[in-house]
Amino acid sequence: MANPILETKEVSAWFGKHQAVRGISFSAEPNTINAMIGPSGCGKSTFLRCLNRLHEEVEGARVEGSVLLSKEDIYGQGVDPVAVRRRIGMVFQKPNPFPSMSVFDNVAAGLRLAGIHKRSVLAEVVERSLVQAALWEEVKDKLKQPGTSLSGGQQQRLCIARALAVNPPVLLMDEPTSALDPISTAKIEELLVNLKNDVTIVIVTHNMQQAARISDQTCFFLTGELVEAGETSRIFTNPQDTRTEQYITGRFG
Amino acid sequence: MEVSLQPAAHTTGRLRDRLSFRDFGRKWKNRGMRLLLLVMAIAAIAPLLSVFIYVFQQGGSSLNWSFFSEVPVPVGETGGGMLNAWVGTVTIVLMASVVGIPWGIAAGIYLSEYGKGKLGNVLRFATDILTSVPSIIIGLFAYAIIVVPLKRFSAHAGAAALAVIMVPFVTRTTEELLKLVPNHVREAGLALGLPRWKVVLWIVLRGSAGGIMTGVMLAVARVAGETAPLLFTAFGNRFLSLSLDQPMATLPVQIYTYAISPYEEWHRQAWAGAFVLVIFVFTLNLFTRLIMARRR
Amino acid sequence: MSKAVALEVSQTVEAGPVKKRDLHLGDRVFFWILRGVATSVILLLAALTLYLFRLSIPAFQTFGAKFLISLEWNPVSEVFGAGPFIYGTVVSSLLALCISVPVSLGVSLFLNELAPKKLADTMGFLVEMLAAIPSVVYGLWGIFVLAPWLRTTVQPLLGKTFGFIPLFQGPPFGVGMLAAGLVLAIMITPTISAICKEVFRAIPDHQREASLALGATRWEMIHMSVIQTARSGILGAVILGLGRAMGETMAVTMVIGNRAEIDISLFAPAQTMASVIANEYAEASSQIHLSSLAAVGLSLFVVSLLINAMARFVVHRVDSRSAKAAH
Repeated sequence: MANPILETKEVSAWFGKHQAVRGISFSAEPNTINAMIGPSGCGKSTFLRCLNRLHEEVEGARVEGSVLLSKEDIYGQGVDPVAVRRRIGMVFQKPNPFPSMSVFDNVAAGLRLAGIHKRSVLAEVVERSLVQAALWEEVKDKLKQPGTSLSGGQQQRLCIARALAVNPPVLLMDEPTSALDPISTAKIEELLVNLKNDVTIVIVTHNMQQAARISDQTCFFLTGELVEAGETSRIFTNPQDTRTEQYITGRFG
Repeated sequence: MEVSLQPAAHTTGRLRDRLSFRDFGRKWKNRGMRLLLLVMAIAAIAPLLSVFIYVFQQGGSSLNWSFFSEVPVPVGETGGGMLNAWVGTVTIVLMASVVGIPWGIAAGIYLSEYGKGKLGNVLRFATDILTSVPSIIIGLFAYAIIVVPLKRFSAHAGAAALAVIMVPFVTRTTEELLKLVPNHVREAGLALGLPRWKVVLWIVLRGSAGGIMTGVMLAVARVAGETAPLLFTAFGNRFLSLSLDQPMATLPVQIYTYAISPYEEWHRQAWAGAFVLVIFVFTLNLFTRLIMARRR
Repeated sequence: MSKAVALEVSQTVEAGPVKKRDLHLGDRVFFWILRGVATSVILLLAALTLYLFRLSIPAFQTFGAKFLISLEWNPVSEVFGAGPFIYGTVVSSLLALCISVPVSLGVSLFLNELAPKKLADTMGFLVEMLAAIPSVVYGLWGIFVLAPWLRTTVQPLLGKTFGFIPLFQGPPFGVGMLAAGLVLAIMITPTISAICKEVFRAIPDHQREASLALGATRWEMIHMSVIQTARSGILGAVILGLGRAMGETMAVTMVIGNRAEIDISLFAPAQTMASVIANEYAEASSQIHLSSLAAVGLSLFVVSLLINAMARFVVHRVDSRSAKAAH
């Protein structure tokens, strides 16, 4: 844990009176993939949404604790959540390209929000992001078509390109392959491993094999708590907590 | 890569001191637009409050017992009321309901139970059009079919106009509610050996009776306030009349006549009438809302 | 059910021969009754159209198609043209849209995207109640509250500030085009905002989160993920609002001043297709006057049909497209 890019300290989250996340401390090294696993309703998605301050957009939701991005607390006083979200990208469970925008405009959306309107710059960055997301070859002739005209797997890679366009140091992914077929899933997994060179990824997955295949660190969540975190190979071969062992051997969940 | 550095510029540096001039502008635009939306929301509701305040103030103070118990007195005399008008509204709305409600419900049953074919689609189309026809046009229609042949304004003609307004409204409500009844309920009835008509009437329709009632009440509330289709059908009457083939006063038409008159006393009466009408319509609306909220 | 009763039931069911035909007869009668009712509603619409045509034939025979553009409406000399009313309907409805669309959009966005749930519920209820108030009550309020306010405050102010524009010239009457546009705007706001709210509600939350996660401010989120996505739905709502405004009668009749002349000033009295019928039909004595009023009604009927068809087309296209997108 030499120089974590993302670190949380005692993060708790509530929906109204219901506490969904209980005092979680976690850290992620640069250029790693960090997987969050656990049974549904264990708070892993909520925790993920605390990392870019999206949780607080839900009515009645509340967060406590601190989240450090490059040693700076994103919940600190005077920090604008909008600025946070531009530094921490997010990809959702269901592909959600903007239906009113073309493929090009979807990828350029974040840049335009950041005030970049120069056509040549946009074109370069859109191409770079689509290449990064392994989508360029498939859509380079369809840049003007609506983003929703692509297939499900392509839409999800479009969303990844959209998030990558603003060059965020951290990318959050909330079960990004759960709505996709196995072939699209494999493509995205391959893509994630390649992306590691550019960004740090925190991915929530309901699929243990996926975590085992692609991640460097795995965190096991249960009823809002972080039960165990560690190197992926260690978690899957030699878990220290019996609950982790039970979960990964498929005895509950 | 040179280009990639450019967009990356805003993702470097510390979070807190990243408030560039542009970000500052975005922040204020955000605040400004949110404020604007709030102002619009208030602007939408302000007229309602103003209408309410005036109707309650002017109407409430002008309302007294003789409003309900007396017929209008000649211009210049004080006193009198709108007995003729409210009795007329009750009569005409009742007549319209007796025709319009069963008619609408039956058409609604047809749409939900047998409405998959061509006739169903044509009927759906027709009800859509009928709901969008301005009510004054319905008045013209009632005039043509009843006032012209009888050569006389009458309560019949007014009720016919209101019934035509009710039918499409009740039809669509009924169809929507019956469609909510899951198919297995019908099948359960049929499996008991009941004929379809009994299943539809005793199981499907009765199960949705509450919902249909609320729809019907909204339709009643709506036609009770209608003025335009009554102007040249029921017309109006200064005296209390219960003969259905004669012109009959109604509350909305009387409010209209009084409102555009030059007499102070009549204006007060118009406000009192508006007060009664608004209370009636709101009670029905609130009541149906309560029922619907409880069913959910 | 006791055993004895159960036995009895099973006996009657088994014993009596199933009168298949009788059961079917009941069903058939039921079906044909309903079918008759269904047909009657369709015939009702057909009759409405037919009678409206029949009433207006004399007017069209006398004045021809010119009726629709002629600007003269004179019951004394019995020369009739619908021009002033078509102008009045179009201008008052457009004016109402200009006022109501931003307000309706604002209130539906505020309720759907910004307000906490309890506040949204209460305000939403109040907006719906705007639709429940009878037209004649708006008219009464228009005559005694709105028009005096326009005459003493709004119109002098507009005249002073924007007096160089012909729209805001002339003496402040209170009643007139401006008053009609305002009352109409109030009356169509619940219609437009109800449809907008439904369209906004149909947009899934993950669309909103997509823009938030990109670092959009709340307003940028509303603009990108809500307004942009709902464009056609909003257009459908606006067209339906237009249809309602054009057919609205009583409140307009009471505040528009009823003068069959075209005046560019919004302060001047005017008349709409619906209001002239309400105003003159019961008192019209000559056949040609009645028929001309019916012809105005027929034109209004046709226009409102077209407007509603257009709105339905737009909304339908949105429906089928979003159904495709959901796949």
